[in-house]
Amino acid sequence: MSGFRLETGGRIDRSQPVTFSFDGKTYTGFAGDSLASALLANGVMLFGRSFKYHRPRGLVAAGSEEPNALISVNRGPGRFTPNLRATGVEIHDGLKAFSQNRWPSLAMDFGAINDRLGMFFPAGFYNKTFMWPRSFWDKVYEPAIRKMAGLGDAPTAEDPDVYASTYAHCDLLIIGAGPAGIDAALGAMDTNKRIVLMDEQDELGGGALADPALWPWLERSVKALTDAANVTILTRTTAFGYYHDNFIGAVQRLTDHRPENEDTPREKLWRIRAGEVVLAQGAIERPLVFDGNDTPGVMLSSAAKVYANRYGVAVGKTPALMASHDSGWHDVFALAKAGVGISAIIDVRESVDSALMLEAERLGIPVYLNHGVVGVNGRHNVSAVDICDYGNQRVHRVNTDALLMAGGWTPSVHLWSHSKGSLKWRDELGAYVPDLPNENVVCVGGCSGDWDFGTGAVIDMLPTPKDQSRIKAFVDFQNDVTAKDIKLAVREGFRSIEHIKRYTTNGMATDQGKTSNLNGLQIASSALDKPVPDIGLTSFRPPYTPQTFGALAGHAKGALFQPTRTTNIDSWAQAHGAVFELVAQWRRARYFPKAGENMHAAVNRECVAVRSSVGIFDASTLGKIEVVGPDAAEFLNRMYTNPWKALEPGRCRYGLLLKEDGFITDDGVSARLAPDRFHLTTTTGGAARVLNMMEDYLQTEWPDLDVWLTSTTEQYAVIALQGPNARKVLEPLVEGIDLSAEAFPHMAIREGTICGIETRLFRVSFTGELGFEINVPTAYGRAVWEQLMAQGAQYDITPYGTEAMHVLRAEKGFIIVGQDTDGTVTPFDAGLDWAVGKKKPDFVGKRSMARPDIVAPGRKQLIGLLTDDPNVVLEEGAQIVADPKQPIPMTMIGHVTSSYWSEALGRSIAMALVAGGHDMTGGTLHIPMPGKTHSAKVSGVVFYDPEGARLHV
Amino acid sequence: MILIHCPYCDEKRPEIEFANAGQAHIARPLDPSGQSDAEWEAYLFIRANPRGRHHERWRHIHGCGRFFNAVRDTVTDKFETTYKAGEPRR
Repeated sequence: MSGFRLETGGRIDRSQPVTFSFDGKTYTGFAGDSLASALLANGVMLFGRSFKYHRPRGLVAAGSEEPNALISVNRGPGRFTPNLRATGVEIHDGLKAFSQNRWPSLAMDFGAINDRLGMFFPAGFYNKTFMWPRSFWDKVYEPAIRKMAGLGDAPTAEDPDVYASTYAHCDLLIIGAGPAGIDAALGAMDTNKRIVLMDEQDELGGGALADPALWPWLERSVKALTDAANVTILTRTTAFGYYHDNFIGAVQRLTDHRPENEDTPREKLWRIRAGEVVLAQGAIERPLVFDGNDTPGVMLSSAAKVYANRYGVAVGKTPALMASHDSGWHDVFALAKAGVGISAIIDVRESVDSALMLEAERLGIPVYLNHGVVGVNGRHNVSAVDICDYGNQRVHRVNTDALLMAGGWTPSVHLWSHSKGSLKWRDELGAYVPDLPNENVVCVGGCSGDWDFGTGAVIDMLPTPKDQSRIKAFVDFQNDVTAKDIKLAVREGFRSIEHIKRYTTNGMATDQGKTSNLNGLQIASSALDKPVPDIGLTSFRPPYTPQTFGALAGHAKGALFQPTRTTNIDSWAQAHGAVFELVAQWRRARYFPKAGENMHAAVNRECVAVRSSVGIFDASTLGKIEVVGPDAAEFLNRMYTNPWKALEPGRCRYGLLLKEDGFITDDGVSARLAPDRFHLTTTTGGAARVLNMMEDYLQTEWPDLDVWLTSTTEQYAVIALQGPNARKVLEPLVEGIDLSAEAFPHMAIREGTICGIETRLFRVSFTGELGFEINVPTAYGRAVWEQLMAQGAQYDITPYGTEAMHVLRAEKGFIIVGQDTDGTVTPFDAGLDWAVGKKKPDFVGKRSMARPDIVAPGRKQLIGLLTDDPNVVLEEGAQIVADPKQPIPMTMIGHVTSSYWSEALGRSIAMALVAGGHDMTGGTLHIPMPGKTHSAKVSGVVFYDPEGARLHV
Repeated sequence: MILIHCPYCDEKRPEIEFANAGQAHIARPLDPSGQSDAEWEAYLFIRANPRGRHHERWRHIHGCGRFFNAVRDTVTDKFETTYKAGEPRR
């Protein structure tokens, strides 16, 4: 048997043929066809291979609940989309679709051997079988299993498409444009509400699209809504998630249904905040569970009606119906009306409404009540079904080329559940329906359990006289879960549906249990002999249907993934061949290689230049906070470890900032400009964190202090000019500041002009050399930099990057917070107790410095390390041991935090955090590294010019 | 995405404008040096983890910049109320 195109009917445009391909073979359909309906019309029944057993599978449904017909679409390089449901793919000329999970071909698939071995693949099979040896899992078992069991291939090339995103607000959001959703929109249309009506399909109508009697109403309604200025209609738009406070995520598919790839966005992510939400998602028909229910040609009866009435396609020449619900009868009556011969109506119930019986009799359809299907003949296609008379347990065969299942309806409560609305169980529906809302939302129509399809019997699976252990009756088609698997899980002791779900995989993955959840619950309920509500319901989670990563990422990819902050001087560094690195979000010049130089050579040259003449460094990324107000000094005195109140205007101080737990969180040199004004600096990465911390104390602990904090990080470009010739370079350019050592000592600040530009000129040094940090308004940064370069040419002024800066500061033992500290280092641990005001009664973190575990011996402390082989540069992060001969696993007592080659000293230097390190000076420690264990002498951390003579010149 | 009412702006704004700042109504002791180790430990580290009503601090960091207090239900994630820093516990 196979499907075929009916002579008339459907909403397709028979004047517009469309040519497409599936697995390389060319087919023709009509505009308005889905890939599923077009293939069905061409007699294709086999759409894919199942996840685990590689069983041949055909269509089950006609909508987004389709569990079997997952296909891939290739729109060209980088435009490969796996795991699309054939029921939701609109055909267009040139569409290239492929089946999945088969090799070498769909019709002949080697993986199908799994089906014959099915008895060896029960629930939990992988967990049970491949546990040992553990080491085999990553390299052997998992890759092999992934190759055999799976969905479509992940695309490998970069996605060239563009994805848009938008925020929207409305008073009323209606999700689902079937009759209930359209009625809701019509009802609100004449108010002044801003209304958004969305539907995942390409046209409005939902279930009405399969009911020709409703088409005149549908056409009128859609026109009225389209004409209404306050109604926005979004088709091909899937509401995939419902979040707090009526915030809905939806993806609109813009171009996939068109033949050409376009420059316009492929999809658009909508983030909608709605005053009120109406959920009109409808209900999904439930399959019946019986042996062979996954044979191609067995599908939902409502789907057969959609194919006939919407697409003009018959699913078979003589389909039969297996029903436990009246709705199936109505569906096959509609099929008969569309010209499809019905071979039999089989119903598990002993009696049904007499009107149904009369109509069946009028149409001449044989009816078997109190019967059930117990076997399906045909492997790639239904050829006959075996039905059992439950009265006498006799089995006989009915010839048919398709079998339609009508197992009742499951309200689509997915989005309702995302919104945390509660559910209540309704016995007569055998389903959960919405109960109490958690947001301003109502459910209408099928998703509220309100439908006019008649009534039905609720059963877990069709009774069968066959040996239960030898049949394959599928509950979850997508995940290949059978009724037997669920019963096995119960036998093995699983009691909660949450555990049964995870053990069997029922209702998981892309499907989210749309067709399988309720049948799984019923079977578990029977096996446990407990009512369904007592075994719980698993959570529905977004997304309702799978969405592309592209839509979720939008523009936030590549260079736009996160902002790159650049300084005003960055463009100069770029033009002069700098190699850059990212520090937080800042792009910083790491070094400036000359022709033929590697990093090592460039950094050595830059360091030598600073120590022997003058270097220039872009320090604009330093965090800066302006602290202003009559209580500014008092505030800083409470925040920082050291005293600030006595600091004279015009002087600078190194500030050490602790958290209340006593650990170092930031540091920086700050200057007092006036009695009520300070210019603070913070680490590059810590600027925002420090400002937040200071605001916290100021607003909530000391609101009585009259202080204002303003971030000025981006207001100033900062140029560090460092080296013995720094003053000589600066002098000709500066006005209004006496640069002499006497008038402008180390750790002072002066205000004046440089190159005619206002400047806050710091005399500070992070290198140990005579140094200045020139703050000018950001826009003048590069101009001043270039003037300094010109003026410094006679001294061979050398731009240096962050790498040389690190070496120079390490030679002086200056720490980098976050590199030489790790959030558990106190000032004492870091050897910075000199920066702690012992006489201050209080500051943030002071009390914690007396905590028992902070005064206890054995804390990790910062030390210097000088390797016995001066040419060995230790790896940063390398672990340190006291005794290299101890058995493995060794006791690690610390790690290397900073390590460099020092050209000035002609040897390597390192800093490390080591337990009890301050008491080890002169001792030897060992650092195991790949290939060799190195030994090093413990030293102080100041390796170069320990007296600081070079600073005070 | 939750909407949070900033008591200073008197506006409901999306949560991405805000930053959580931990449990509310934990005042820094006026004289930390006078605290016993146990008292200081309690101030520093011991925090409530209630199921249900929870008092916490938020900052309208991408708005007015002010810290304020809120009562949020940790089960439903719903904000019961927000109020200015310094106002009595609700």
